[in-house]
Amino acid sequence: MLSRVADSLYWMSRYLERVEHSARLIDANVVLALDQAPAFAEQRWARLLASLHATAPEGASDARSITDALTFDRSNRASIITSLGAARDNARQVREQISSEMWEQLNRLFLQVSQIGIEDIWNIQPHAFFRSVKEGAHLFQGLTDATMNQGEGWHFMELGRFIERASATAALLDAQFAHYNRTEDEEERPQAMNQYLDWVGFLKSRTAFEAYCQVYTADLQPERIAEFLLLNPEFPHSLRFAAGRINRALQAIVRVTNSRRSGQAERLTGRLRATLEYAQIDEILSGNIRAYLAEMQEQCAQIHSTIHEVYFAPPLAAVLN
Amino acid sequence: MFTRYQLDGAYDEMFKPDATPRTHYERLYQRLLRLPPDELTRREQAAELSFLQQGITFTVYGSEEGTERIIPHDLLPRIVTGNEWDTIERGLAQRITALNLFLKDIYHEARCLAAGVLPRELIYTCRHFRREMRGVNVPRDIYISVVGTDLIRLPDGRFAVLEDNLRVPSGVSYMLANRQVMRHVFPLMFRNYGVRPIDHYGQALLQTLRALAPSQRPNPTIVLLTPGVFNSAYYEHTFLARQMGIELVEGRDLLVHDQVVYMRTTAGLQRVDVIYRRVDDDFLDPLAFRADSTLGVAGLFNAYRAGNVALANAIGTGVADDKALYAYVPAIIRYFLDEEPILPNVETFLLTDETQRQYVLEHLDELVVKAVGESGGYGMLIGPHSTRAEQEEFRARIMEQPRNYIAQPTLALSRAPCFIDGQIEPRHIDLRPYILYSGEAKLVPGGLTRVALTRGSLVVNSSQGGGSKDTWVVDP
Repeated sequence: MLSRVADSLYWMSRYLERVEHSARLIDANVVLALDQAPAFAEQRWARLLASLHATAPEGASDARSITDALTFDRSNRASIITSLGAARDNARQVREQISSEMWEQLNRLFLQVSQIGIEDIWNIQPHAFFRSVKEGAHLFQGLTDATMNQGEGWHFMELGRFIERASATAALLDAQFAHYNRTEDEEERPQAMNQYLDWVGFLKSRTAFEAYCQVYTADLQPERIAEFLLLNPEFPHSLRFAAGRINRALQAIVRVTNSRRSGQAERLTGRLRATLEYAQIDEILSGNIRAYLAEMQEQCAQIHSTIHEVYFAPPLAAVLN
Repeated sequence: MFTRYQLDGAYDEMFKPDATPRTHYERLYQRLLRLPPDELTRREQAAELSFLQQGITFTVYGSEEGTERIIPHDLLPRIVTGNEWDTIERGLAQRITALNLFLKDIYHEARCLAAGVLPRELIYTCRHFRREMRGVNVPRDIYISVVGTDLIRLPDGRFAVLEDNLRVPSGVSYMLANRQVMRHVFPLMFRNYGVRPIDHYGQALLQTLRALAPSQRPNPTIVLLTPGVFNSAYYEHTFLARQMGIELVEGRDLLVHDQVVYMRTTAGLQRVDVIYRRVDDDFLDPLAFRADSTLGVAGLFNAYRAGNVALANAIGTGVADDKALYAYVPAIIRYFLDEEPILPNVETFLLTDETQRQYVLEHLDELVVKAVGESGGYGMLIGPHSTRAEQEEFRARIMEQPRNYIAQPTLALSRAPCFIDGQIEPRHIDLRPYILYSGEAKLVPGGLTRVALTRGSLVVNSSQGGGSKDTWVVDP
């Protein structure tokens, strides 16, 4: 497969995962704000921004401006519309490699979001809007699995999707625990109710609330939540699950390309998978969880740059001999 | 149905001058008379939907969100008899064979110039003549692998050549798509009519390209080089690549090392043997041609000259489809093949010639003036349909650069029935068959019939509002 094509498929998929992630995060936050005191809401928006590696728009920290900036602002690299546009541009490059159904769905979703603004959704139904974006992304994923050959290209899409998911989950946990540890230290623990709602919102932003309850009941313990999102082998948004898929996709690609240069990528993805498979939450929590999460994000970044170097843009010296 | 159908001086494809249908149109005519008008409208909608769903579109330049439109399509097939087709086939095979010999001669000994077949300066003043190609040997001496030649039918019923397209002719995907759609919309008529099939075009094209591969490469890698998604024919490029099962590449996917072309794949570099390029000469290699081109591959020309990669078509073939050179093609056929041309040319005035120029300048309101290096219906003056101001503008341009223009009589292109707003009306058409040349010429029986959809218009180019229709070659 052409390197350019693999690159485009990878990024198309990555950007769409980002769209879905942001939509879910913003949606959970907007809904939660209805039940919580304004001070808590403000803190939570700050966490959300931190987890997306974004900053608040200048001179505005209210929910509406932040939502606007993270959704419709084309100049904001972290916004939903920017990611959707990037996904669509990548899809256009490989129009003949993906099915017509996939292209049409992506195009439709892009047009839907690009034709409205914050004033159209804010006072009426922000939830309905974000849900439709999530569903649009899910539909694309479903169409991908149902209509595309599950060959090399599909595996590159899996790779992009799960690398994005793994690092987003790690970033989200990091922001949450940064906040949790701080309030712990300063002994100004908020009222139990706000605290509880916070964790509910956190789980929901990972579509994990119901799945968590099935495993641990509705008794929300930060340690259990960390364990669930980091180490659960079955939950599709856990870090361990993503690491397993990354490893699986890469192995499939290695088999097809038969490349001699894939050793480093295999080692990195195998290590990430094994680290999470054999980890125990007590060990992680007894150490510095934030350092651990930073390490996870770092490993995802390394995997990305290795894949980039091996498959998308290898240095000429490496491929010529 | 036919109430708005009136005959005039032009050749009508369906009706004889006495208004009775020609034999090979008889069955279509009878069928149309029996069909209720709504039925045709319904089928037209079905056809349009089919085009849209298959994504058979062309990109409209200049629109931000990359608007894609379907090419206007007419429902009624254009029918050519097997006998007529056989003449076309022999005529085009002869013409392409001669032009290929001519190209080889021009870039080597130039015997035809020494023999005075055509004036030397015609070649050296041609914008598409590539000095860099002199003395370069191309694989199997094949310069033009893929050709699209535009034919028109004269009032007396003979086919004549209007122009050759020897560089990167496009439109063949519409020929194939039209047929696919028509089979869905009019399945019964196909059963009755004995239409010659064209679906093997992709396979024939692949064989033509394979013929260019070096013999020591038994499993050659063949790719289609596209300028990219913003090119108006991008759909066709993806379509043909899929039909042939070859990789669709852009310039940035290729690189040249030690005069060998490679493509960058996830499994490392893969050597490329044949490039079916849909990029113009100018943009192929920034080191050899236009330095500002980002569509090409640096070093490609050197690899080509070294014989390590084949290009279809070769570089510099545009010298043979120059509109001024066109006037000499009959002489070229006589010189290289020692045969009389089977398909006639259209009478052409060369404006570098004093007397001919004088005549043209006095008759601008009757003639068609064309810029020699343009295609796609751009840079044209159609005398009878032009204003005084336009004529004056062309007069000034001709005086300034006579070599850049030619003139031809305004021809009454033949007309064929088209389904327009619920009625059948005649519209002017031409015919572009596609010729594949790999030492011998091969044609699939059919072509792209282009239609000037505006009443009375003579311009059939899709960039100028033309449409297309399916072309049937039928055996009685």
